[in-house]
Amino acid sequence: MPRLREVVFGRTETALIAAILVTAVILSLSSPYFLTISNLVNLVEAYSVTTILAAGVFVVLVSGGIDISFTATASATQYLGAYLATHFGFSAASALGAAAALGVALGSVNALLTHYLRVASIIVTIATSSIYYALLIYFTDAQEIYNLPDWWSNRITFLRFSSASGVVRITLPIVVMLVVVALTEYLMRWTRIGRQIYAFGGNPEAASRIGIGVLRVQLLAYGYLGLLAAVAGFIQASRVHQAVPTAMAGQELNVLAVAILGGATLVGGVGSMGGVALAVVFLAMLQNGLNLVGVSPYFFGILTGLAILVSITMTGFAERHARKRYAVRSV
Amino acid sequence: MTVDSLASADAKPFLALSGIGKKFGGTVALDGIHWSVDRGEVHCLVGENGSGKSTLIKILAGVYAPDSGGSISIDGSRYASLTPSQAKSLGVQVIFQDLSLFPNLTVLENIAIDHQLHAPFLAPPARVMREAAGAALGRLDARLRLEALVRDLPVAQRQIVAICRGLAANARILFMDEPTASLTRREVELLLRTVRRLKALGVAVVFVSHRLEEIVEVAERVTVLRDGRKVGTFPAAQLNNHRLAELMTGARITHQIMARSLRDRRPALEVRGATRAGEFEDTSLVLHQGEILGLIGLLGAGRTELALALFGMTALDSGEILLDGARLDLRSNQDAVKAGIAYVSEDRLGLGLNLKQPISDNIAITVLDRLVYAFGLVARRARSRLASSWVAQLGIGAPNVEAPVQTLSGGNQQRVVLAKWLATDPKVLILDSPTVGVDIRNKQGIYGVVRRLAKEGVAILLISDEVPEVYFNSDRVLHMRNGRIVGEFVPGIASEHALSEALYA
Amino acid sequence: MRVAPPGLSELNGKLSSELDRVIGSLRQGAIGISGLLALLAVLIGLFSLSMPTTFPRATTLQAMMFQIPELGLLSLAMAVPLISGGINLAIIATANQAGLLMAWILTALMRQDTNGATLALWLFGALAAGLLSCIVVGLVTGVLVAILGVHPILVTLGTMTLLHGLSIDLTRGRTLSGFPDVLTAISNRTLWGVPISFGLFAIVATAAHVLLTSTKLGVRIHMIGSNLESTRYSGVDTRRVQVWVYLISSILCWLAAVIMMARFNSAGADIAQSYLLITVLAAILGGVDPYGGFGRIAGLFIALWMLQVIASGFNLMNVSPHLALASWGVILLLVMAVKRFTPALRLAPRMRGSRSESPAWPGPNRRPENPS
Repeated sequence: MPRLREVVFGRTETALIAAILVTAVILSLSSPYFLTISNLVNLVEAYSVTTILAAGVFVVLVSGGIDISFTATASATQYLGAYLATHFGFSAASALGAAAALGVALGSVNALLTHYLRVASIIVTIATSSIYYALLIYFTDAQEIYNLPDWWSNRITFLRFSSASGVVRITLPIVVMLVVVALTEYLMRWTRIGRQIYAFGGNPEAASRIGIGVLRVQLLAYGYLGLLAAVAGFIQASRVHQAVPTAMAGQELNVLAVAILGGATLVGGVGSMGGVALAVVFLAMLQNGLNLVGVSPYFFGILTGLAILVSITMTGFAERHARKRYAVRSV
Repeated sequence: MTVDSLASADAKPFLALSGIGKKFGGTVALDGIHWSVDRGEVHCLVGENGSGKSTLIKILAGVYAPDSGGSISIDGSRYASLTPSQAKSLGVQVIFQDLSLFPNLTVLENIAIDHQLHAPFLAPPARVMREAAGAALGRLDARLRLEALVRDLPVAQRQIVAICRGLAANARILFMDEPTASLTRREVELLLRTVRRLKALGVAVVFVSHRLEEIVEVAERVTVLRDGRKVGTFPAAQLNNHRLAELMTGARITHQIMARSLRDRRPALEVRGATRAGEFEDTSLVLHQGEILGLIGLLGAGRTELALALFGMTALDSGEILLDGARLDLRSNQDAVKAGIAYVSEDRLGLGLNLKQPISDNIAITVLDRLVYAFGLVARRARSRLASSWVAQLGIGAPNVEAPVQTLSGGNQQRVVLAKWLATDPKVLILDSPTVGVDIRNKQGIYGVVRRLAKEGVAILLISDEVPEVYFNSDRVLHMRNGRIVGEFVPGIASEHALSEALYA
Repeated sequence: MRVAPPGLSELNGKLSSELDRVIGSLRQGAIGISGLLALLAVLIGLFSLSMPTTFPRATTLQAMMFQIPELGLLSLAMAVPLISGGINLAIIATANQAGLLMAWILTALMRQDTNGATLALWLFGALAAGLLSCIVVGLVTGVLVAILGVHPILVTLGTMTLLHGLSIDLTRGRTLSGFPDVLTAISNRTLWGVPISFGLFAIVATAAHVLLTSTKLGVRIHMIGSNLESTRYSGVDTRRVQVWVYLISSILCWLAAVIMMARFNSAGADIAQSYLLITVLAAILGGVDPYGGFGRIAGLFIALWMLQVIASGFNLMNVSPHLALASWGVILLLVMAVKRFTPALRLAPRMRGSRSESPAWPGPNRRPENPS
């Protein structure tokens, strides 16, 4: 299938696969603990929340926008769900439903503001991020919610087996993450709205000229990110067994890094979930490997930053070169 | 279909406009337009900026509604106005100059984009899209890889994609806005071949363009608009560029050859064996002081590329550039400007001007160093004064030099660009397609400025692809093709027709 | 050339064209300025009316003058890149790391009983070290943006995370405090009722105003903000200008760090985190175009006063700092809404076939104008 070929062998994806292989070889040589199933599965689970958020950010980036308020949305929706579950005994479905609704609403606010105010989405989301966080802290007094109901804090294992390195559990976060990744890829590549988002990201003027609803695309993209932020918030709470309003603050760059390393750009119109998935694998490997070798976790932030900058620079060069070759003479 | 209606379908034009008018506030954009295009006809629509042609097209595309009282008739059915979806379903497709394609999507997706819009939830299966796209390409006998990304295609192929998109949406009349502006000669021929196929398929094509030499091969009739009214519809074969210019402006423009022999003047700029891989090869020329040297060639000839190298924006692979006899080593365009070379880009709006900034800063930007009075300070008043003096000298219609440059007309904007470069007191002035997008009336004004400059001793390289522009405003004309200089013409000794022939050979 | 003496009609004509020119430049920015002044007056009036005993006092004014300088300097640090068509999201992180470096020298390296000439030397050394670190940050940012062509949002998000991580790591989240009185005097002492820090800020703001309006660099910064490529074609070394922009921004962060050290008598990795939004707000409220090319320091100055009036009002009304932060966000959105929906207040007569170019912002804020 030609599409699969594109997904696996696109430029970014190929580079990532190569990087993963190289890193895997180096790391497995440095530490015997590295290339074990339990280690790898733990890695993946540690990145589940980031990946879910990255899927949403990916969609917004493809639409040509950017959103840095998603951690605020995740925190707010997580808190709402936790509050409803602990104070009103909401069931899993209804708590999640309420959180999801709030997430979509907060995301839609971003879309509406970006559309009607005609302002750069970076500035809109700087504002909404502060508003959402500030209101959340104000109304919750920064109190954590500890006593999450069992259905939330119990670890849900889907698959469990023993391996040479220990017990391996495929837990809820991993499954949800895989579902989100697959669903996002499906929506973006195989549905009409996904293709419209790509088209809009590639040329917004042409898109509106042929009848693609601009506001519709924006609402769907930012709303989807809001929805995934709620899901991510729920998963995060289930992993740490509590809802903390400020837990996810500061993660914006990590998530953005994953999406951009995976091939999305600030310009929009390009990228694939395959690339994002590969980027997660690469970063997870890198971080875990460095941990095992003994490098400080703070240094990792620097490394991530460098990895992004290198990848953007290379993409930037390639883009500029192509543009020069085929520039339409403007009259 | 009975025999009767078939006969009448032939006698009736596909598109007929009757009494179409449009006012925007107090301005009359269109007034009482009666126009018709036959089925499968290749028609050319020309007019200056402000003639109303873009308004007319937008009315047909459904973007604007005409004022009441007129009617649009498409294939026999009458409408007072059209909506965009109505226009599309009736087969009216407009391809604007930017082609409105999605560079990040494949050829397949771009051509079949309509299917994407009307599919329910899922994107249409690849098979359906491929059939639609393949059919469109097949009808044009064009071969393009469906999986290629539009961003990777050259302009000519992108145009094919745009046309195919129209076909896939069942276009029956296709409007193309300045389609040949970015095409090389060979690509133009490809386009014209495509147009002939469209004609054979019964699709009418309306070109909006005034590049008669190219269109006349396929165009049957030409309609001229001026100031919102139709001047007339003429058989293409009866027109030439001069007649067309007269019809468009309503004025008789007399051209005079100005060529003088200046070979005994000292050379201001000399280029020896300049080569840049993929752009131009072994190019040599001599530009004398006070001379206007025309450099003519079609797109792809390498004229702008050569100019950019002379201006220091790109580096030569081999060869030399000498200014006043001294060899120049240009690392950047700042070196060129310091040496006394100025370049007026063909992309006036994007590269020549800073549209939202005031006229004063647009003019002063090149010579800020000269306006410094102490500690790197450049008073706003100094910039204003400089701009005002140039406004006076070049006759720019700008009552307030602090107004943004975008408030000026095209002709005045071009004068601002000239002002900013003349302020640098250049020895060599390179003009790249300086009157593109400028009304014919204003063109003469700019030529006047250029000639005055030459008289004052500035050496001018006039790059263009319009024969009359170089023929009547140069002392000598060099013809460039495929990166090489292939001919030299002296206006007056060689005829305008000979130059035209050589250019389009 | 006319030699006849000017008649009345000619004088009239000259007067009206002069008037045209004045009105033109007024429309371009000064209506913004007078509008801002009016808004400021309204705000002062509102708060004075609702708190007649606590608000309109000299102490309130003085308190505001103590609080404005650090925000003001950071706002300048945000405004300059914005005008150039970019953005610097790392200003707080840059200021904090400089503050930590200087604080560390003054608390960990210097003996606490130093005084006199030795103290002066230590202070000088610490300040120089802080300045140097900001210069490095500014250069790196500038080079990445200008020469490697990386998008400013990404570069400054990256430097912000880097510097913040570095600061947290090195301090393990603690703050450093206890600086020499000479230093804290900057924010404590007053000269004729005006805090020294405010005087410093006023001088720097004036310098910034002069830089932006009347120097070569300033003109070039504006031009790059509107259209980078066109400015490059006009013979300007745009890369050098961009490096200078981020260098200036970072140096302003250093000044802000000094003021913050003086005012809080401490330095830490997480100080002033909420300021980022407020600096953007102050810049945009003051008339900086977020797409680049335009901005007036005078407007920024008045906007800062407006925000400070509101903040002081909030303080006196005991409004929670979180609600205050939320209000800043809402105000920023309101300001953008007002700018969007009142084109009558802007100058721009009908545009003809304009094509907006803002190359430093390709994607997230593509202009809605149709280029064809």
